[in-house]
Amino acid sequence: MAQMNLLHAINNAIDIAMQVNDRTVCFGEDVGHFGGVFRATSGLQEKYGKARCFNTPLVEQGIIGFANGLAAQGSVPIAEIQFADYIFPAFDQIVNEAAKFRYRSGNEFDVGKLTIRAPYGGGIAGGLYHSQSPEAYFAHTPGLKVVIPRNPYQAKGLLLASIRDDNPVIFFEPKRLYRASVGEVPEEDYQLPLGKAEVVTVGNDITLLAWGAQVEIIEKSAKMAANDGISCEIIDLRTILPWDIETVVNSVLKTGRLVVSQEAPLTAGFASEIAATIQKECFLHLESPIERVCGLDTPYPLALEKEYVADHLKIYEAIKRSVNY
Amino acid sequence: MFNSLSLQRNSLGKQADNKENAMNSDIYNDGPVVHQPSFIDGHSVEIPLLKILQQDGTLFDGAQMPKIDQTLATKVYKTLAFHRVLDERMVASQRQGRLSFYMSALGEEAASVGGAAGLKDQDMIMAQYREQGALMFRGFSLENFMNQMFSNSKDLGKGRQMPIHYGSKELNYMTVSSPLGTQIPQATGYAYGQKLQGLDEVTICYFGEGAASEGDFHAGLNMAAVQEAPVIFFCRNNGYAISTPSDEQFKGNGIASRGVGYGIKTLRIDGNDILAVMLATQTAREYALKENAPVLIEAMTYRLGAHSTSDDPSGYRTREEEAVWQANDPILRMKNWMLNQNWWDETQETELFEQYREEVLAAVKVSEKIDKPHLDTLISDVYDTPPVHLQAQLDELKEHINKYPDAYPFTAGKF
Repeated sequence: MAQMNLLHAINNAIDIAMQVNDRTVCFGEDVGHFGGVFRATSGLQEKYGKARCFNTPLVEQGIIGFANGLAAQGSVPIAEIQFADYIFPAFDQIVNEAAKFRYRSGNEFDVGKLTIRAPYGGGIAGGLYHSQSPEAYFAHTPGLKVVIPRNPYQAKGLLLASIRDDNPVIFFEPKRLYRASVGEVPEEDYQLPLGKAEVVTVGNDITLLAWGAQVEIIEKSAKMAANDGISCEIIDLRTILPWDIETVVNSVLKTGRLVVSQEAPLTAGFASEIAATIQKECFLHLESPIERVCGLDTPYPLALEKEYVADHLKIYEAIKRSVNY
Repeated sequence: MFNSLSLQRNSLGKQADNKENAMNSDIYNDGPVVHQPSFIDGHSVEIPLLKILQQDGTLFDGAQMPKIDQTLATKVYKTLAFHRVLDERMVASQRQGRLSFYMSALGEEAASVGGAAGLKDQDMIMAQYREQGALMFRGFSLENFMNQMFSNSKDLGKGRQMPIHYGSKELNYMTVSSPLGTQIPQATGYAYGQKLQGLDEVTICYFGEGAASEGDFHAGLNMAAVQEAPVIFFCRNNGYAISTPSDEQFKGNGIASRGVGYGIKTLRIDGNDILAVMLATQTAREYALKENAPVLIEAMTYRLGAHSTSDDPSGYRTREEEAVWQANDPILRMKNWMLNQNWWDETQETELFEQYREEVLAAVKVSEKIDKPHLDTLISDVYDTPPVHLQAQLDELKEHINKYPDAYPFTAGKF
C-alpha cells in the first residue's frame, strides 16, 4: 500500500495499463510532455515515448474521433478531455459513433477498448465552464458506460477496469478531490467491478445515494443525522450506466426511504431516473417520497456557488423531511 | 522574424522550457517582406489537375500509367459494370416498392472502384455512403449486398441500418454510418494505430465536398498532419450535397486548397478517369507508408443520379448541365480504353451486362423473402453482453408480443 491522492492513483492506473499492454496509448490537450493541466499523465511520455503519450491539437471532436478509430483498429486509447465542460464538441463522436459502433455493424466492428477521461464537477470556483457534471447526457445513450470514482482507491481500480472493459467508457474524475482526497492505494494491478454500487456504510432508517465527490457530502450529512439518532445507509453508485438497480432496491426495501444527491441540476438529472425506478420497484415499501437534492436548474454559478450546490445542510434537511414525513 | 515572435510567446510563459513545443520556424514558408498589406487566398496556389485517359479511350501525351495489367483492368471494369447494373436495378426496385431506400453512384463509380483498386486488400476503407464500388471491388457478394438492403436475418449488420450502410470486417470495409464526416477523424486514428504496429497498411477515407464542411473534416485532417498518420483522404467532389451546389458550400479553391493549409500533400484529379484515380491512390499509398504522413486527393466528378431515391434533382439543376457530364461517363471511358487495348469486345460487354441484370434480379427475389432478424438481436451488441436491465426489457417485450401476436407479425411466435 502507498499513500496516493486521486491524481496519483489515476496516473498510476494509466501507467500500469500502458506497461501491461503496449497497445495502450494516452493523449489529449497538453497530455504529452507537460503531463496534462492537472498532471494526471505526468511522466508517461518520458516512460513510454511520444508515440504512445502525446499532445493533440485543441479539437475535442477530433480527439474522440481519433480515439474511436484507434479503438476500432484494436489499439487501447485513453483519451483525455481537459474539462468535462468541453466534451460537447465531441458529443456526436461519443453519442452517434462510439456508443453505436458495435450495434450498427452487427458486431463486425466495435470501439470497446475506448476510455474517455474527463475531470468534472464543482467546488473549485470554476464558474459555468469548469464545474459541470454532464453524466446524465451520456447516461441517456445506450452503448456507453459511465463511471465516477469517489477516492484514490476507487479511482485506480475503476479506471483499470474501464480501460480493460470491452465497451466504451466515460470516466468522470471529481477534480475537487484530485489533491484533496488522499488514501491507501495498493501499488499492484487491481480492478473494481463496473456496474456495481458499493454500500459504504450500513444503516437502517434511510438510504443516501450519491456518486463521485458528492459521496463525502452525504457522509457529512449522515453524521449530522446520526446525532439525531437517524441511522443512514450510504451507497456510492460508482457506475452511472448501467447502474446497479439491485443494490439500491435492496437497501430501500430495508430502509423504506431514499435521498439521492447529485451535483448536476435537478431536472432530468440521473437522480430522476433513480427515483423513477425505485418508486416502481419499492412502491409499497416506501415510507416517504424519494428526495432529490441537486444543483439548481441554472447554469453553474461563480459568486453564488456556495448557495447553489447540494451541500450537507440541504441533504440533512432532506433526510429530516423524509424521516418525519 | 519568427524568433522574435517566439520570444514574445515565451515571455508570456507558454512552455518556455520546452524546445519541441516552442514555435517552430520549419513549418513556415516566409514570402517576401512587404510594407503594404498584400492579401493572399486559396486561389494564390495553382492546383494541377491530373488526367491520364481521354474520353475516347486514348491516353494523354506523356501520361504516366498506374500499375495495371489485363487481369486487374478486367476486374476493375467488371466491378464498374456490376456497380452500374446494381444501382440501376435497385433504384428500380425502390420505385416498385420492394426496397425502402437506395443511393446510386451513377457517373462517379470510378472514384470508389479506382480507389480500392489502387490499394492493397489489407488497407482499411472508411467510406461515407456512396462508395459501394470499393466494397464490390473487395469482393462483397451480391447476396451480402442484398441481405443488407433488405435488413433480413442474414445481413452482417443484423438489419439495424438503412439500405447501403454496408460493412465487412473480413474485407476491411468499415461499417458506414449516416452522420456526415464522422469517419474522417476516425480514419486518422485508425491509420495511427496501423503505424504504431508497424504494419504494411494504410487507411483510405472517403467523403464528399459537402461533408468537408463538417467540423470533423478539419479535426481529422489537422490531426492526421500533426500526428503523422498514414491516411489517404479521398474527397469525391461531385458538385452537389443533396440540392446544394458546391459554390454554395464553399468559396475557396475546392477542397484541395485546404490540404495545402493543413500541410498535407495534395492531388486534384479527374475523378471520372479510372487510370488517374488508380495512379493517384497508388502514389498516395506509397507516400503515406514511406513518410508516415497523410495525403489528400480531390477527385472532380459529378453526381449524375439523385442524392437518394428520396430526392429529385429536376428541382435544382438543368438537363443541359447533366448532359455535359453524361458525355464524361467514366465507365464508357474505361470501356473505350479496354477496347483500344484489345482487352475487351462488344460481345463480352453485352453478355456481361445481361448476366449481371439476371443475377441481381434473382438475388432480389431471394433476399426479400428471408426472415427479419431474431427478436433477441434487438438488445445484442448494445454492449459486449446484454446487461441485466436490457434483458429485463426484452423479457417484458416478449410477454407483450405474446399477448398481441397479430400486431407483431415478424416476430410473434418466433422466439
